[in-house]
Amino acid sequence: MKFDAPATTNPIDQLKVVGQPVDRIDGPLKTTGTARYAYERHDAVPNAAYGYVVGSAIAKGRIKSIDVAAAKAALGVLAIVTAENAGKLEKGRLNTAKLLGGPEIQHYHQAIAVVVAETFEQARDAGQMLRVDYDREQGSFDLRGGMDTAKPAGITAGPPDTAVGNFGSAFAAAPVQLDETYTTPDESHAMMEPHASTAAWDGDKLTIWTSNQMIAWGVGEVAKTLNMPKENVRLISPFVGGGFGAKLFVRSDAILAALGARAAGRPVKVTLQRALVINNTTHRPATIQRIRIGTTRDGKITAVGHESWSGDLTGGKPDGAVSQTRMLYAGADRMTATRLAALDLPESNAMRAPGEATGMMALEIAMDEMAERLGMDPIEFRILNDTQVVPDVASKPPSQDPQAINNREAQSPSKDKPFSQRQLVQCFRTGAERFGWDKRIAQPGQVRDGRWLVGIGVASAFRNNQLTKSAARVRLETDGTVTVETDMTDIGTGSYTIIGQTAAEMMGVPLQKVAVRLGDSSFPISSGSGGQWGGNNSTAGVYAACVKLREMVAQKLGFNSAEAAFSDGEVRAGNRAVPLADAARDGSLSAEDAIEYGDLDKKFQQSTFGAHFVEVVVDAATAEIRVRRMLAVCAAGRILNPKTARSQVIGAMTMGVGAALMEELVVDKRVGFFVNHDLASYEVPVHADIPHQDMIFLDETDPMSSPMKAKGVAELGICGVAAAVANAVYNATGVRVRDYPVTLDKLIAKLPAVG
Amino acid sequence: MGTAASVALGATAGRAEAQAPLAQTLAAGTPSLSKVSFTVNGAARELELDARTTLLDALREHLHLTGSKKGCDQGQCGACTVIVGGRRVTSCLTLAVMHQGHDITTIEGLGTPENLHPMQAAFVKHDGYQCGYCTPGQICSAVAMLNEVKAGIPSHVTADLNADIELTNAELRERMSGNICRCGAYSNIAEAITEVAGRQA
Repeated sequence: MKFDAPATTNPIDQLKVVGQPVDRIDGPLKTTGTARYAYERHDAVPNAAYGYVVGSAIAKGRIKSIDVAAAKAALGVLAIVTAENAGKLEKGRLNTAKLLGGPEIQHYHQAIAVVVAETFEQARDAGQMLRVDYDREQGSFDLRGGMDTAKPAGITAGPPDTAVGNFGSAFAAAPVQLDETYTTPDESHAMMEPHASTAAWDGDKLTIWTSNQMIAWGVGEVAKTLNMPKENVRLISPFVGGGFGAKLFVRSDAILAALGARAAGRPVKVTLQRALVINNTTHRPATIQRIRIGTTRDGKITAVGHESWSGDLTGGKPDGAVSQTRMLYAGADRMTATRLAALDLPESNAMRAPGEATGMMALEIAMDEMAERLGMDPIEFRILNDTQVVPDVASKPPSQDPQAINNREAQSPSKDKPFSQRQLVQCFRTGAERFGWDKRIAQPGQVRDGRWLVGIGVASAFRNNQLTKSAARVRLETDGTVTVETDMTDIGTGSYTIIGQTAAEMMGVPLQKVAVRLGDSSFPISSGSGGQWGGNNSTAGVYAACVKLREMVAQKLGFNSAEAAFSDGEVRAGNRAVPLADAARDGSLSAEDAIEYGDLDKKFQQSTFGAHFVEVVVDAATAEIRVRRMLAVCAAGRILNPKTARSQVIGAMTMGVGAALMEELVVDKRVGFFVNHDLASYEVPVHADIPHQDMIFLDETDPMSSPMKAKGVAELGICGVAAAVANAVYNATGVRVRDYPVTLDKLIAKLPAVG
Repeated sequence: MGTAASVALGATAGRAEAQAPLAQTLAAGTPSLSKVSFTVNGAARELELDARTTLLDALREHLHLTGSKKGCDQGQCGACTVIVGGRRVTSCLTLAVMHQGHDITTIEGLGTPENLHPMQAAFVKHDGYQCGYCTPGQICSAVAMLNEVKAGIPSHVTADLNADIELTNAELRERMSGNICRCGAYSNIAEAITEVAGRQA
């Protein structure tokens, strides 16, 4: 189904099932421990041996030799695979560094071997018996040191630099100016399930039960890496224990499980040890961001400039921190610039809302600072500079997401590209009322509650909506139930449920009559999960398949498909009603189709908007920071399931609190690795850090997005929230921290005198 | 014996020398197997295990009770939480052979998809999970935590050690902080537990 004209009324608009806050259909499995993840497939692979991954102890250089004799002789060891005996491996198209290093080493903890043994304990023990001699080379590990030699680098679908008008002269002429630099640290996805795979060969056919967000990408990457035809690779990933971008790509667990299984002559399962995950896999890169804003005295932005530096291995990509600055606020003269420094740290790549997550951390502090310089309320300052058209007409629409590697052609922009929907102002107005913003005292450090200094802060939320082809197969079974099959993944997002809701609404059956099967490369290719594109696209694909199935059913039962209504398990037209199941009495009916998009996203900028409100308290003596209240108001198209969508947003808000207050991979600039590579020293929010969270969805449908009229929502919640926390800390203390995370050591020396 | 934590440093050059005698010992003999018997979810189980096997791996790899999750294997995430003798235990940090005669409850012992434990049902109702990987640990932890409160075991935030402990939001959040949920379902998990606690009270 081609979607090339704005959606009109369709069966989804009934909202009998779609749009209802139903419980997740996979809930009973997940809460009872009966959902099987990639390392737990005793049912499918009863005799898997255990692979243990060994990571490089140097960041850059060469392996001179690996002595495997002791490990090979160790009890239970079945095989040891290193680059020496692995055969020829290609680098995946989406990988920057090789998944099996050697002799060249590209980063610390790059996998250099997998040891396969009968038991996990034996594999782990033997893994430590490898004797590796390295030739170590000096690497570059310091982003600040690499700034001078950093080069312009495109942010996937957009150019590195944009310029409209003459930023330099407009900024110089602005009566009120801000020129500040902000930094964000390297961050880790830290999803709860480490990367894991179970691999089994059947002749030259390979099946990998894995934990991956993008099944079809993964098939291509496994095939390319192992030099085999795609047709011989099957990936199965029905449950994914969190991803946040870390599992967009095939990683060493999958490749080493496959190589280990080939070498051992039996199935092998591999999970990355937690201590390997951070330096072996990808992470969100640190950024240095310079933001300049010039305004008139009454607060109109006349000039805005945003420059960002980040680092990656040679051949890698920069963070897209300037993305939102091309779209979020008005201003006639503007520029953005993106620079990439070559670093020898582990591979940088996408993490939840890549680009906007870091960019909004900086931009939304800058907006707070600017409002203060103007003596304006920060909400009124943002509203004054709202725009209903994309202000950066020179930027290439629509996507600047590093996750967006779909074959989308950049096209020349038209003037005055409007947003399909933009309710940023309404988000602020609604939130201000709900949160009690009018009680805020603009002058910082004024509110005390016992030993606590109290502050509230605000920030915009902004993230683009992306359209990408997505297919599904829908089958009416002989018993009248409906089965949906698509290679879409559910990484905690609620895909099972919203896909089930979509099919139930379209076929007129209760949700309980729909079975949803996901995450198998033998199913039609979906959008996959990432970049908050999964919900809208995958359900739109199911919609398309259901339209086709409805036509088949109508034909079978002798209805005119245009007139037939599907509801309550029946097909109706005029006075005639026939049970849906009758259409399958001679055998099940199956329909497959995909949603494919025209150019509506070229004509209209599709984005999602929100406003974050945060109250923090800061201990007046110790500077300990506690988040006391959080509210997000979001406008993100039709909300397919308010319960699961809310969970996506509050989860993203939680990760944003981590970014604001604690998350930081600490770089050892001498050895070249992230020191705090475990979940105790890489701090993420825990129960005690997160209060009750409020969130409101504004009523919105977006007919430009798809027949579902929905948009992405899972990443909107992380965009801006860290700045709202930082702004609240400023309001509480009067201390402006521009280097994330905002920790007490950065506050304590400057706190108001304890009285 | 190697641990996950020591592997964090990677394959350090020269390290293997110290390991070689151990390797020879192991290669020469048979694995150091130990017998252990305990009760899991009401059923007596007898295992003969490599002595290095954690309780978590005994459950997951030998008994195929994969509901308990391995998130870090070093006691930092709580995904492996099971209930031993009524108390919460991170099963990755304890060897199976240390549990001779113990009574162990895993997530599979609390309820089934068709017959959910009240805590499991509350997690579903309040959407107290997303990816589901920390969920069994959260639920086991929550069930045992409520009993700890009832038994008067204080926490870091308990103000008065002599009074009955009230399950305030601060108490709940403090006591559950050993169970990380990276999806960030904390707000919903707290509501689920609060509801169950209220029902119990």
